[in-house]
Amino acid sequence: MIIEDVPCPFCGCLCDDITLTIKNNRIVGVENCCVLGNAKYLSKQRLKHPIMRKEGKWVEVSFDEAIEETARILSGATRPLLYGWSGTYNEAQVTAVHLAEELGALIDSTTSVCHNPSILAIQEVGHPGCTLGQVKNRADLVIYWGCNPIEAHPRHLSRYTTYADGYFFENTVSDRKVVVVDVRESETAKIADEFIQVKPGGDYLILSALRAMVRGRGDVVPATVAGVKKEQLQRVVDLCQKARYGAVFFGLGVSMTRGKYKNIRNAIELVSELNRKTKFTISAMRGHYNVYGFNEVLTWMAGYPFAVDFSRGIAFYNPGETTVIDVLARKEPDACLVVASDPGAHFPKTCIEHMAAIPTIQIDPCVNPTTALCQVQIPVAITGIEVAGTAYRMDGVPIRMKKVVETEFPTDKQILDRICERVRELNGNG
Amino acid sequence: MGEILLKNAWVIDPISGINGEMMDIAMDGGRIVEYVSDKADVIDAEGFLTLPGGIDSHTHTSGTKVNFGRYMSPEDMRAGRTPKKGAMHVTSGYSVPTTYGNSYKYSALGYTSLVEGAMAPLEARHTHEEFAFTPLQDSFANVLFDGNWGMLGAIEEGDIKRAAAIIAWTISAVKGFAVKLTNPGGTEAWGFGKNVSCINQTMPRFDITPTEIIRSAIEANELLHLPHSVHLHCNNLGTPGNYTCTLGTFDIVPDLNDTRQTLYATHVQFHSYGGSGWSDFCSKSEPIAQKVNMRPQIVIDMGQVMFGRTTTMTADGPMEFNLYRLHHDKWSNHDVELETGSGIIPVNYRKKNLVNSIMWAIGLELALLVENPWQCLLATDNPNGAPFVKYPEVIALLMSKKYRDAEFATVHQDTGKRVPLPAIDRELTWHDIAVMTRAGQARALGITGVGKGYLLPGAEADIAVYPIRVDDIDPAQQYEEVIKGFSQTEYTIKRGRVVSRRGDALVHGENTTFWVKPNVPSEYDMTHDERFKEHFERYYSIRMSNYPVQEEYLHRNYCIRTETDLSTTHD
Repeated sequence: MIIEDVPCPFCGCLCDDITLTIKNNRIVGVENCCVLGNAKYLSKQRLKHPIMRKEGKWVEVSFDEAIEETARILSGATRPLLYGWSGTYNEAQVTAVHLAEELGALIDSTTSVCHNPSILAIQEVGHPGCTLGQVKNRADLVIYWGCNPIEAHPRHLSRYTTYADGYFFENTVSDRKVVVVDVRESETAKIADEFIQVKPGGDYLILSALRAMVRGRGDVVPATVAGVKKEQLQRVVDLCQKARYGAVFFGLGVSMTRGKYKNIRNAIELVSELNRKTKFTISAMRGHYNVYGFNEVLTWMAGYPFAVDFSRGIAFYNPGETTVIDVLARKEPDACLVVASDPGAHFPKTCIEHMAAIPTIQIDPCVNPTTALCQVQIPVAITGIEVAGTAYRMDGVPIRMKKVVETEFPTDKQILDRICERVRELNGNG
Repeated sequence: MGEILLKNAWVIDPISGINGEMMDIAMDGGRIVEYVSDKADVIDAEGFLTLPGGIDSHTHTSGTKVNFGRYMSPEDMRAGRTPKKGAMHVTSGYSVPTTYGNSYKYSALGYTSLVEGAMAPLEARHTHEEFAFTPLQDSFANVLFDGNWGMLGAIEEGDIKRAAAIIAWTISAVKGFAVKLTNPGGTEAWGFGKNVSCINQTMPRFDITPTEIIRSAIEANELLHLPHSVHLHCNNLGTPGNYTCTLGTFDIVPDLNDTRQTLYATHVQFHSYGGSGWSDFCSKSEPIAQKVNMRPQIVIDMGQVMFGRTTTMTADGPMEFNLYRLHHDKWSNHDVELETGSGIIPVNYRKKNLVNSIMWAIGLELALLVENPWQCLLATDNPNGAPFVKYPEVIALLMSKKYRDAEFATVHQDTGKRVPLPAIDRELTWHDIAVMTRAGQARALGITGVGKGYLLPGAEADIAVYPIRVDDIDPAQQYEEVIKGFSQTEYTIKRGRVVSRRGDALVHGENTTFWVKPNVPSEYDMTHDERFKEHFERYYSIRMSNYPVQEEYLHRNYCIRTETDLSTTHD
């Protein structure tokens, strides 16, 4: 059986043109997909049963027992932490927010350790953005800043920018200019018309220099800025001002390096300034396929995109205090539920040590580094392959993920609904 | 949704011709019925003012830009926080509350139906997701067509039927309710940072003018027999002197429909400005109202501005950028490929600001100068002019000259030279208010046929009981009582069930999404149109098969099917 137009549950590009060949309820062929998505579709490894540590050993348990234990741990905790969410669908995330509200828990997502600073900058100065099709049809200048899409978002260029068919272009490759800003010559830098190699930590300076030049104050810019010659910056400013439509895409190379949200704020203000001369937009290269979906869900449910603490009875948001790394570093949580992410592979050592010291539960289809920190793991169906549901592309376009094979595994939503229901009973709100 | 008998209700129901009668209203199965058995639950309305459930025909509560308004504004979220209480979830937000916040607050004001003013088709799933969490009001979505390449291309070719076919395909694919044009021509031009100045300027990308877009969309809308008329946000919003553009727009509207208006012009306050710049900015509410009085084919809503902080959000991307250049506060923009634009900025309307004071006066003047209340509906373009929680104050201002004068004394001292408001003595009646907040909306939206906006047997049992004894207060004098009475219902009944009592939501609720599906002959079905498909796959960034909003997003829903005049023979 051939299934067309399948949205890929890997990265924030959410390419929705994948063709899958299914035989005997297994994916045996993948077309149009990049190497990253391909690996996910064809992966065969997964956890087969819920597992629990009993007397220091992993034992297989029933879903009922795993859910009961999870509900018992969470409802008995005074400072529960619910973390993850970027690899599952909106409908499950909604249940997660209700669970957090019921528990008076702190809920945060992987955003906290990736584009958290980008959101802080947006909350200060706003976000001039667009959908990706707008870039595809119009942008004659694309700037990739602190990101390497050829390796991290492999089809970004062919679907949305440099190599994509665009309405206003005769020849999309030659008619579009590409500028790459990075600390090293990445694969993407190799295809750039202009590669700005900035010294590590120098992004803020470069952005400030560009802003000054766009405002006609090039006189204040020294001959070299963060290792970049003024002449090159002037060439880039000329490209920007000549463009009919410029599109900036930025990654963690700007948002998570020295300066953090100040870098992004500077970049947004550069873009706002350029809009007085021509058309410019700026967009974050979001990682997980539904990291943006969680930001949207938590915002319409509770008012903020990440790091919401329900312990005061209202939704309280204070990044730096209610963000997952900070709360773990302070060793506050006394129980933790991890869903659809892998903090064990990414968090600082002190945070991981604390997660290992408290009862931590993971809901995830696969064994991963986080498994080693857990007391319980509940395997689930894989969104976009075994479960249908909503995901938001990096530009905010919502797409319905498909179910392409049957499964015996319960969904994230089913497990979370049952935990939520049991917690209500244990709390006497059943 | 069992049997309920609402006794001793002092009813105003303009559609049914009831203007202040003591009545008992029987409900069963979510509808109003002739009789109920003696097993019915009895609610004593104690002679309080009882109206059909409120309907907001133009509000921004759900979808991409509303949520971005929340996302970028933690300061607004902190300005309105409520804890979990009974059936009520935690809420945040003042001018852009969370979905539950919107739903509970609107319900406390007696509102049972909301029309999301602007939904970009590509992002429709988002709007529908938020509708599901706005549980106490039925939902309707205006679908943005102002920059729709398919429709504009058909208009450029002079093929109105094809334009209608594209509207039909899109509106039913995205489960929308009505055709919305926001700054027609301007949002597409904004794709390259441009705009159109008024209705007769040719667009940069298509060889057509806003006039042609508006006229053609109106014709197409009537070919499809959609319940609502074209819903227009005129060109040139917010610019001094724009009233001539608005008058010109009203002049090109034909009278094509016997049962309702042919054009709904929204937030007309923002389009009734005189002057050549900010220094001689003044009210032109009089010529605008006069034009509306002469043209029964037009219905407007006020777009009232009230003082205080709020968040502006619209599909009119170029307008928001201009506003950003005035305010220098944060600015968000979100262009939607092949369809439309959008922008968001926070604002603070201040009494000390002359322009803001004039804007406040203009909205009131429109409502007072348009003679027929069915032609000027009460709305603030929530949250653009003010958050909807200000509606009770707007009502009180319209009912009391004394209150208007008291307020006028506190606004910018030069306002009197620029506006006619102090000279207007009219005070609206309870009946006028009932028209302007529910009956007029139901008729303008074309939804009386599905049981909205009235209280006779057969109607949906959507009812608001306000703690107001009409015979005991004089609204012209006791305006504080009017504000208090409209701020919190005694009971809000939705589909035959009490959903809100004295400000608290009592149930989780389950709303209905109303959407339209024109019955289009096969050769006008875009699903099978090769040219349409080819264009779609080539220039959109998602596949055509992934574009329609799936049934899963609708939960409870009601599909309004229409027969169309797209005949099978070409003429």
